Amino acid sequence: MPSRTPLLDDRAFGRTLARMASEIVERSRGTEELVLVGIQRRGVELADRLKRLVDASEGSNLPCGKLDITLYRDDLQTIGPRPVVGETSLPDLDGKTVVIVDDVLYTGRTVRAALDEFADFGRPRRVLLCVLIDRGGRELPIQADIVGTSVSTGPKDRVDVFVSELDGRDAVELVRGK
Amino acid sequence: MTPTLGKDLVGLEPLSAEQILLILDTAEPFKEVSERAIKKVPALRGKTIVNLFFEASTRTRISFEFAEKRLSADTVNVAAVGSSVSKGETLVDTAKNLEAMRIDMVVSRHGASGAAQFLGQRIRSNVINAGDGKHEHPTQGLLDMLTLRDRFKRIKGLKVAICGDILHSRVARSNIWGLTKLGAEVGVCGPASLLPRNVRELGVTILPRIEDAIQWADALNVLRLQLERMEGGFFPSLREYNRVFGVTTERLARAPKDLLILHPGPMNRGVEIDSDVADGPHSVILPQVTNGVAVRMAVLYLLAGGSPDWAQGGADDR
Repeated sequence: MPSRTPLLDDRAFGRTLARMASEIVERSRGTEELVLVGIQRRGVELADRLKRLVDASEGSNLPCGKLDITLYRDDLQTIGPRPVVGETSLPDLDGKTVVIVDDVLYTGRTVRAALDEFADFGRPRRVLLCVLIDRGGRELPIQADIVGTSVSTGPKDRVDVFVSELDGRDAVELVRGK
Repeated sequence: MTPTLGKDLVGLEPLSAEQILLILDTAEPFKEVSERAIKKVPALRGKTIVNLFFEASTRTRISFEFAEKRLSADTVNVAAVGSSVSKGETLVDTAKNLEAMRIDMVVSRHGASGAAQFLGQRIRSNVINAGDGKHEHPTQGLLDMLTLRDRFKRIKGLKVAICGDILHSRVARSNIWGLTKLGAEVGVCGPASLLPRNVRELGVTILPRIEDAIQWADALNVLRLQLERMEGGFFPSLREYNRVFGVTTERLARAPKDLLILHPGPMNRGVEIDSDVADGPHSVILPQVTNGVAVRMAVLYLLAGGSPDWAQGGADDR
């Protein structure tokens, strides 16, 4: 039975998101030309939460998009049966500061795919990466600009992110593999 | 566990309801790809696909070609005329020669029923049936179902009447298999000479008159009268066919509700369908064409993933 360690409970989850929301505004020097894009699946919910937090404090109405990177994965030829493709819907990205929102940053391959996909949609002025959990283990030269919590993990470990919209509760747990 | 499709798509008859739903659900996100400014994703980069068409086709071939190109596959079109097929080469020899050039998939249209399955059993590449004789045209059946689901938000319990030349129609057969598997009721309507003898065994209701179909159905799928297959004198004349079985505005006006009108094309306007109906507010003939590209992208994407026999399981970025 693998051990399960809580990294964030629901209150810590809320505090972390609030801090990330103010860092987003700080890093992009306001909300003008700011766009949030959540990566399917849980990045979409997190982006939506961050949007509401930023809108509440700044009186803004941030455009928010969702991105599915499945068709841009670099391992499609080798993984066997095809993963389910989710919805992509993006607002205008040209000249914008785009904040990519995802739940966990690990190898960096998802972000690489997202950057490639953006190039087919427009030319953002700047792209920032915002993740709830940075678990290390990068395989590409990619780093996050805004991080909720960092944790060092091994390749057999797993980080489970739960969001109330999909899972009924807000939590992050580290599952240690053998 | 998500279902997979296996190596080939030969027809809808061998598929389960789950497999059909997998294709329809996968087609949804692909609709959006065709709405982008850059209508291309790299999912099939490096795959080579041959469109092997032994029968004339415009819509289906172009639709497959768009689907392939929008997934970044490399494509080659081979038509029977102007190829070594006209010198007497067999189907399998043609395919084996293509395979020797290291292709990954074949989209095949052929006048003989069973040609796609025959081919699929003899070559390693994935085979997609784009119409084989009077057997099946699975991607047409799928795009019809996707279009019905778009409008009604469900397939289960829908009443769909397929009208016209059922006997010669692979589109009818794919629709009957697919719709009944997903829980729709299917009716067929046409001259007795154009209904297959065993049609009742497929679990369909026979609607003898077009008026019966219009009273009964939620949607009409009006088939093309296949004039090129009509040597046997199946009905007296085109004008008489239109008078007895044509889908006209006057007939539709007596329907108890608005009927959705589908047609796989190409249309014989004024024969099986009147222009007013084809261009009318309840016609989804052009949305069918749009959905055709999305459905074919979904099939190509799913088949390229291979069968579970050799699957390793995905390592997600988590």
